[in-house]
Amino acid sequence: MIKEIGELLKGMSITMRHFVTPPVTVQYPEVKRPVRNRFKGRHELKRYDNGLEKCIGCALCAAACPADAIFVEASENTDENRFSPGERYSSTYEINMLRCIYCGFCEDACPTEAIVLEHNYELSFYDRQSAIYTKDMLIVDVPVNGLPTPQTVEPGIFNKAIPEMEDPK
Amino acid sequence: MTLGQIALWGLVVGFIMSLVVITGFAYTTLLERKVLARMQARYGPNRAGYIPLPGRGKQERKLLKGFMQPAADAVKLFFKEDNTPAFADKWVYNLAPMLAVIPAILVLAVIPWAGDLPWLPEQYDYFAIVPGLNVAVLFILAVTSISVYGIVLAGWASNSKYAVLGGLRASAQMISYELAMSMTIIIPVMLANSMDLGVIVDAQKGGYYVFLQPIAAIIFCIAVMAELQRAPFDLLEAEQELSSGFNVEYGGMRFGMFFMAEYMKMVSFSAIAATLFFGGYRGPFVDQVPMLGFVYMFGKIFLGLFIMIWIRATFPRLRYDQLMSFGWKKMLPLAVLNFIVLAVVMVMAEEGAFDALQQAVLGIFG
Repeated sequence: MIKEIGELLKGMSITMRHFVTPPVTVQYPEVKRPVRNRFKGRHELKRYDNGLEKCIGCALCAAACPADAIFVEASENTDENRFSPGERYSSTYEINMLRCIYCGFCEDACPTEAIVLEHNYELSFYDRQSAIYTKDMLIVDVPVNGLPTPQTVEPGIFNKAIPEMEDPK
Repeated sequence: MTLGQIALWGLVVGFIMSLVVITGFAYTTLLERKVLARMQARYGPNRAGYIPLPGRGKQERKLLKGFMQPAADAVKLFFKEDNTPAFADKWVYNLAPMLAVIPAILVLAVIPWAGDLPWLPEQYDYFAIVPGLNVAVLFILAVTSISVYGIVLAGWASNSKYAVLGGLRASAQMISYELAMSMTIIIPVMLANSMDLGVIVDAQKGGYYVFLQPIAAIIFCIAVMAELQRAPFDLLEAEQELSSGFNVEYGGMRFGMFFMAEYMKMVSFSAIAATLFFGGYRGPFVDQVPMLGFVYMFGKIFLGLFIMIWIRATFPRLRYDQLMSFGWKKMLPLAVLNFIVLAVVMVMAEEGAFDALQQAVLGIFG
């Protein structure tokens, strides 16, 4: 009897201890927990330091995608209208975020490391149409020393289908 | 005082106290959510309304975050769809929430809130809606027994199996625990030799009855928890078994009335427990400053509510057979035994059986 009452009081003391300790809740919209480095969130299309897009419109990501979420349409680069250092660039690049399973296969398939799954996880929308992220939404801003695409370059610098340079100057 | 004056007093004070207590009920829900949350290492509702304070540097400071939550809940309940099941007994279905909520408020009529205030009418010794009612304890027992009708009728009229099971459980549980509660409610009446709650509170001038009769006080508190159908005795709305028991078919403000009944009963039973066993409005310096009575009374009610919430946060729900055997095999015999022992001791004291003992003690110390 005494022992049982002691056990009841022990339970009460545990709840009281939690009552006086501060809560562990993260106040989400104001406070955001940092994600891990290798977190796979929303995709980003990267640029080189000079502002050219890394994506060369090869559509290997679309081929690798198990959920068939990616649609790529490529167009030819010209030296007057140059988007990427390769032969072609993606004139349309769409990812359906309702289909994407964030597996990161597109990242693995990309020959130029143009598509990277970054740390943004706030992907909510009111209708299906806005689930489709277009190239404008995916591509990162032009770097500080870079120029916006399309750029006009001197002929003969970029003459390969897949650029060799890690970061062409 | 004429009859008209008494009625006017009851109406005016009743109106004011009802407003106070209904506001108190709304904030009891907030208190429960907040305290439960903190005991589970959460914040609880903290979005609806705050009082801005001047910031310290960059840091924004907010006071009483979430204090408008009861208003938000009320608005939500009023605007929700309030439908009646097709095969429900419509008349009883509409009556049941009222039957649940009215007794819960009615109990507060006899609670003494403060002592002899200077502006009270001469005939009244203490501040209450109906002061000096000489059957106040019987009134409490009678009115609280009515509230079970609201629950049983709600369960029956909903024409739903879960609801009727919840209602039947409620009636069985309330009858079982009402007995133990009645046996302990007698004890302050015996000690104070009156059923007038003001006299009972005055009789606790020397010492609260919780110190004189701790077993009775504990049994009373447990029986009250069962009577209120709060955790760990909330079998009639056991979510895992009965979804939500007797009120499963109710929605909107009619559900809100059951909700209100539950929390109003929490407030009123806290007040009754405070009055009967914990000295009511009594406390240090209450004779010099009678207004302190309100403070002590509200403090004691708050403490009672907090302990109820604390217990809810701690203990798991009893099984049905545990509930019944605890009520009938432990609580009731203990309450009856306590009652008989006290009765015998009181009669012996009156007949002078302890005179020799008293003389001996006085002889040693005197």
